[in-house]
Amino acid sequence: MIQGLLGIEDLPREEIEAILDRAKDFQPVGDGSFAQFDRLRGKTVVLLFLEPSTRTRTSFEIATRRLGGDAILISGAGSSLSKGESLVDTLNTLAAMRPDAIVMRHKASGAPHFLARHLRTPIINAGDGTHEHPTQALLDARTILDRKRSLEGLRVAIIGDIEHSRVARSNVYLLSKFGVDIVLCGPAPLVPPELAGIAPGVSIEYDMRKAIRGCDVIMMLRVQLERQHEPDFPRGEYFSFYGLAPEHIELARPDVLVMHPGPINRGREISSEVADSQRSVILNQVENGVAVRMAVLERVLG
Amino acid sequence: MGKLIIKNGRVIDPATRRDETADLLIEGFHIEAVEPNIEVEGARVYDAAGKIVAPGFIDLHVHLREPGLPHAETIETGARAAAAGGFTRICCMPNTQPVNDSATVTGYILEKARQSAVVKVHPIGAITQGSKGEELAPIGTLKRAGVVAISDDGMPVMNARVMRRAMELARSFGLTVVQHCEDLHLSSGGDMHEGVASCRRGLRGIPACSEDVMVARDLLLAEITGARYHVAHLSTKNSMAMVAFAKSRGLPVTCEVTPHHLALTDEDSIPYDSNFKMKPPLRGREHLEALLEGVADGTVDAVATDHAPHTGYQKMQEFERCPFGVIGLETAVAVVFDVLFHPGRISLMRLVELFTTGPAQAFGLPAGRLAPGEAADVTILDPELEWTYDVNRTFSKSKNSPFDGRRFRGAAVATFVDGQLVWERKDG
Repeated sequence: MIQGLLGIEDLPREEIEAILDRAKDFQPVGDGSFAQFDRLRGKTVVLLFLEPSTRTRTSFEIATRRLGGDAILISGAGSSLSKGESLVDTLNTLAAMRPDAIVMRHKASGAPHFLARHLRTPIINAGDGTHEHPTQALLDARTILDRKRSLEGLRVAIIGDIEHSRVARSNVYLLSKFGVDIVLCGPAPLVPPELAGIAPGVSIEYDMRKAIRGCDVIMMLRVQLERQHEPDFPRGEYFSFYGLAPEHIELARPDVLVMHPGPINRGREISSEVADSQRSVILNQVENGVAVRMAVLERVLG
Repeated sequence: MGKLIIKNGRVIDPATRRDETADLLIEGFHIEAVEPNIEVEGARVYDAAGKIVAPGFIDLHVHLREPGLPHAETIETGARAAAAGGFTRICCMPNTQPVNDSATVTGYILEKARQSAVVKVHPIGAITQGSKGEELAPIGTLKRAGVVAISDDGMPVMNARVMRRAMELARSFGLTVVQHCEDLHLSSGGDMHEGVASCRRGLRGIPACSEDVMVARDLLLAEITGARYHVAHLSTKNSMAMVAFAKSRGLPVTCEVTPHHLALTDEDSIPYDSNFKMKPPLRGREHLEALLEGVADGTVDAVATDHAPHTGYQKMQEFERCPFGVIGLETAVAVVFDVLFHPGRISLMRLVELFTTGPAQAFGLPAGRLAPGEAADVTILDPELEWTYDVNRTFSKSKNSPFDGRRFRGAAVATFVDGQLVWERKDG
């Protein structure tokens, strides 16, 4: 049992392995159908999404239902936060109705961590600002492990707006625990040198071709224009330096996996040819999102 | 009023370099004599055996929130917290509501202080109207109304031309210009020091260079204007080096550091806990070391608290929404005992200087001396007292301290203002 899931940084490697193993049981079987589970029968999960989300929200909702639980969705616009209530008061109100867990997405880094100090209800972080997105890193690891024997010794390039990416941080924390050689790459203002210090095994490379050479996995990130408060790089030249095109794939290992947390911007950070190619596992990631979130919900609530 | 003798303490007075066991005779508001073995028939006696007797401590940098935000702090409660930290004089920043950019607001603060404050309160006036950084405030009028310095604290004067004009006027009126050094373009949106910890936590950084470029600019302006210039809450190693350089060239430049910047780093802060959120932010280890070194080598003139009360609900929010600032009056000298005196990096004389003659000279205040004829403002210290700070017992209206629950060795134990005992420590 873990008390909620706030991030990967403080999650022990054994916990991660247990979740990834269990997620396999929740993947569709050969004929595309699912085994039935009712591990969350009678349990209520509040999905508090205070920032727009399609895949994560839907995926948590489906994961809850497939386990037999009830998912209640609350979004920013429909909540009392839009009437000026503070986040703590909103959460206390929700907690008073005794849900079994609160899954939350929030635009402020650390919002779930701050709330967890004042609330007994387990909180599952579905993305906090530019900090962590733990279930994304778990589903990415599951997707890699579906195709590689182990994470150990792999070389993974994460390319794009690292500074503003919670996906990148959670992936760095996770992969680092398994001895992965991690290369971060993107425009210099979006890849500050201090990032190399956040976990062991991280290096920084501003030349995309060098970053990709010999890689087992390429993770592309969306350019998060909504999080950039002032222009940090010349947008017009982004794709020509940091967009993933077919010629890059040649530089990587032949069995390289191309990943993207979505939503993808074709032609901005990834070319359509690559996104739709055999090397792309983008839709497998989405599929694994449900399985991994089932495993997390079961571990937190089961 | 009768006579009072503070007996058998170790008198440490940086102004006269006195360090000896002696008695202090106080009559009415003033010090009558400082010498060994004073006996006066009928005088009350305060036994200071085993304690340090120092001139009344001065804090150059506090926020009293009055007028405008009395639920966070009032002049009365802020003054009580000051007394409970050994301070006898505090200088309050002008970022009240309204901003102290007029003789009216200055007069209001002085009157409120006269009615309700147990320590002496010196207002600092704004540099620009509304501290907006555009039109100069009526600096001469503010001086006449009683301000001891000018500053737009919290809102740095970004326009170099405005700053130059302010310095020229301040010089002509004999006022020190105090700057909160921060280039707002470089720090924009930041919530903690830019470094590995901010990267790890996904928080936007406030780079050290946002302070340094402002210090550099201002030192150049101070040189051409000849103004007395004071760097508030200096927090970086490069700023320290630049101030040392300016001093070596003979410029009338001074600086203060806060206790929290001397004791805590960005890595020490509890993630997303707003009791560790302030400006400038807690910096990295190399900056903290440079500050300790600057205190030890004499570059730093004063320790000032930047006491910044905020109500509980303001601090109980998402980290990025919480206001900057922590309270600090009651823990300041204890922190300095802890991080500088007990580790053997500074003497008791130097420690007392940082709270007395250092700040007095920075603003030209007629204070900080234990000598006949001086106001009987006295701080009693116990360098060995072991105690734990419990913020729930603070005299401040706010509880936003990063030192709650911290065990200290060394403390202020009593505070006299104009010969009156205004506070005495009750517990261990």
